[in-house]
Amino acid sequence: MAKLKVPVNDKDHIRGNPKARITLVEYGDYECPHCGKAHEVVKHIQNHFEEQLRFVFRNFPLSNMHPYAEIAAETAEFAGVHGKFWEMHDLLFEQQENLNVPFLSEATGILNLPVKELESSIEKRIFAERVREDFIGGVKSGVNGTPTFFINDERYNGPYDYANLINAIEQKLGHKVS
Amino acid sequence: MGKILEKGVKAPDFTLHVTPDQTLSLKELKGKPVILAFYPADWSPVCSDEMSLYNEVLPEFKKYNADLLGISVDSSWCHAAFSKERKLHFPLLSDFEPKGAVAKKFGAYKEDAGHCERALFLIDPQGNIAWSYLSPTGENPGADGILEALENLGSKEGVHGKAKSTSK
Repeated sequence: MAKLKVPVNDKDHIRGNPKARITLVEYGDYECPHCGKAHEVVKHIQNHFEEQLRFVFRNFPLSNMHPYAEIAAETAEFAGVHGKFWEMHDLLFEQQENLNVPFLSEATGILNLPVKELESSIEKRIFAERVREDFIGGVKSGVNGTPTFFINDERYNGPYDYANLINAIEQKLGHKVS
Repeated sequence: MGKILEKGVKAPDFTLHVTPDQTLSLKELKGKPVILAFYPADWSPVCSDEMSLYNEVLPEFKKYNADLLGISVDSSWCHAAFSKERKLHFPLLSDFEPKGAVAKKFGAYKEDAGHCERALFLIDPQGNIAWSYLSPTGENPGADGILEALENLGSKEGVHGKAKSTSK
């Protein structure tokens, strides 16, 4: 069973109860349609498990296949520095079909973040290293495509639909959650 | 199905077409680590994902001065189209005629299916196999095994000793 090689740490974006018993880590790409679908599933899962689960998102852009994936990831990291990572994360996945360069500036404006600063960060590749670190950590943990999930540091190899993921998490918890 | 060549064995040399009018021999790459990724077929979903992943990891392989070669039985024209479509930045070799001859030397040919196995080899700078892995055909093996093998090679060779042995 593949294990998460980079433990969840202070640099991670964590959504939900930081002391939750279950940690769900996703390696994802903002331009990947499967990740777009998984985004909805993850939201349901967080609602279902409430305080018992925390969710961590790490970047895994496949930039040769998805031309905007890398800069979308950098935009989310930029928003993160301004305390709005999850707002940007949601916006990028919800508007995935509109993803392009002008949209990233537009999204930054929608979240009342400084658009010029974003554009300059992307030009200077300020967040590229951070995104690459996520990516390489993922590769070392055996991530071979997106989305890839880890439940408490163990890779989840099943389908990423609601019922299957819930079932796998409940097995880790040792009980059902209704 | 034969067993794939394992660690310690000298890698058989070969010369294959890398484009319709150019060939590449393994011995030309001596002195550098070489990653061989045998895969069943251009365009198939798992192979495409695997090659696309390696394409993204390429800068990491380069840190170890390693070259990556993809190998399948597809023709060099097919490779050219596949490579262009997927924007691949590493060579794809064509084990086309006689079909699968190189894969057979490495024990990485699937006779019943008529294509290469999904198999990975790391060849050290001296031309010996340092690591190999046979993956189930339907499974993308990822790049973690390759990176780990490169790291082990680096610490053995002292090339990347700074990352491992000399740090206090």
